[in-house]
Amino acid sequence: MTYAIVGGTAIALSCGLVGYFLVLRSQLFTGDALSHVAFTGAFAALAIGVDLRVGLFGGAVAIALLLAFMGSRGSADDVVIGGVFAWVLGLGVLFLSIFTTSHASTKSTAGVSVLFGSIFALDAPRTWFAVGVAVVVCAGIIAMARPLLFASVDEAVASARGVPVRALGYAFLVLVGLTAAEAAQAVGALLLLGLLAAPAGVAHRLTANPLRALWLSGVVAVVTMWIGLWVGSVASSVPPSFVIVGVATVLYLVAVLVTSSRRSAIP
Amino acid sequence: MHVIASSAQLSWNVVDDVRQMFSFRFMVNAYRAGTIAAVVAAVFGWFMVLRRQTFAGHTLAVVGFPGAAAAVLAGVSVQYGLLVFCVVTALAIAAIPSASGIGYGEETALIGTLQAFALALGYLFHSLHGGSLDGVTSLLFGTLFGVTSTQVVILLVVGATAMVALTVGARPLLFASIDADVAAARGVPTRGLAIGFLVLLGVAAAAVSQITGSLLVFALLVLPPATAQRLSPRPSVSLPASVAIGVVVTWLGLAAAFFSPYPSGFWITTIAFAAYVVAVLASRSR
Repeated sequence: MTYAIVGGTAIALSCGLVGYFLVLRSQLFTGDALSHVAFTGAFAALAIGVDLRVGLFGGAVAIALLLAFMGSRGSADDVVIGGVFAWVLGLGVLFLSIFTTSHASTKSTAGVSVLFGSIFALDAPRTWFAVGVAVVVCAGIIAMARPLLFASVDEAVASARGVPVRALGYAFLVLVGLTAAEAAQAVGALLLLGLLAAPAGVAHRLTANPLRALWLSGVVAVVTMWIGLWVGSVASSVPPSFVIVGVATVLYLVAVLVTSSRRSAIP
Repeated sequence: MHVIASSAQLSWNVVDDVRQMFSFRFMVNAYRAGTIAAVVAAVFGWFMVLRRQTFAGHTLAVVGFPGAAAAVLAGVSVQYGLLVFCVVTALAIAAIPSASGIGYGEETALIGTLQAFALALGYLFHSLHGGSLDGVTSLLFGTLFGVTSTQVVILLVVGATAMVALTVGARPLLFASIDADVAAARGVPTRGLAIGFLVLLGVAAAAVSQITGSLLVFALLVLPPATAQRLSPRPSVSLPASVAIGVVVTWLGLAAAFFSPYPSGFWITTIAFAAYVVAVLASRSR
């Protein structure tokens, strides 16, 4: 439980910070693609028989670089992402079928935990690894927050002012890949999009000040994780991943309702 | 099924190979269902790619999973669950951003949240039902070789209905997709068309995902149209080309899966992606 809280907090914070920029840059589909790629990488690692994390991180970072390379200025076109993504899903199916035919006994738990996460199964080494990756991701985001913000809001002006827009795009996508691979361990490859999208959506709703919104997004993600872990530990029949994503969705809905009533009251 | 498929021998005699394949009832049904699914997905995907709604399309494709899981839990037919979830999600995507009038970034946050929540619901329903991984994977990745004749008929009816509805609105939809502002100024109901298109896309995704699984509908929706639109900018060429590519890719993928130990989903996506890469390279060199 302690490991779940420590690891979960680290993972949620990096998801919140990265998610804010994903939404700001309208690159959430890239995040979606990278999160699904994580499961292909994980199944590939399982099929070959190496450590799960090698596949998760290797796959996500490689595809992040590929997507950055294929798009102009370090951000790929929707259709290009969709094409790569669809193929990677197909590869995931291939590895899954190889894995299920060769490792029949362990397939149930390992496969489901890749797709939907198993945060209560975090042990000491995996927790510290997750914390380490989260520190790298958060430090990276904070270090490049200002230029990245400039490049995201107005790319043309930023590059005219000498901001390395393309390099920032690459670096950011690599951070997204790391986050996706890490969060896949906690909430699963299929559900981590909720941790990327919902806290960032709440922050974008509640404040227009970018730096405040960035922190708010991180805080909302962490709070979501804590509530999710608490409910998940009390109601043991409900999977914790579902509670975490459910709480994130409810918070987002509340933010939408609060702000839309406020906005309609002004005019 | 896998035992039969792995005992199949590929020879240089193509006619013999095809005859060998169609001597199995499940292969005939797989080809029927695959062809219908490919045509429906290619037509709807063509508009989806043109409208740059791949993220929404992927989300609609994926919500089939909770739909099917809910139907299994409630003990009703899987089709109803798929259809209800896909249409409700389409309405949710179409409705909420306009009510607040916020830009594109906000819309992606909403779609992403919806998608994750839908998948989480699917996982909840599935674990409440106490199912195994095999159940999850067949919902997510489909069972193209387990299609019954009844399913083929349902797919045909739903697909044809959606296609007819799309044909009625095709011309204004094309106008609205290419230039929404001018279309709106000319009195085209762009908002209504957008909602209608998303709902129809949801219906089509629901119909197809029952055959291909929720994760792979997306491949059939995005890859053939993206390839076709690379080859030609003219709608009258690229729309039929999209359908042709979708059907050929599905046929080749099914045959490859029959003669190899690997799943049809892998073959279909790989062949479709190869076609896309060739189209990208060809259009670059021109």
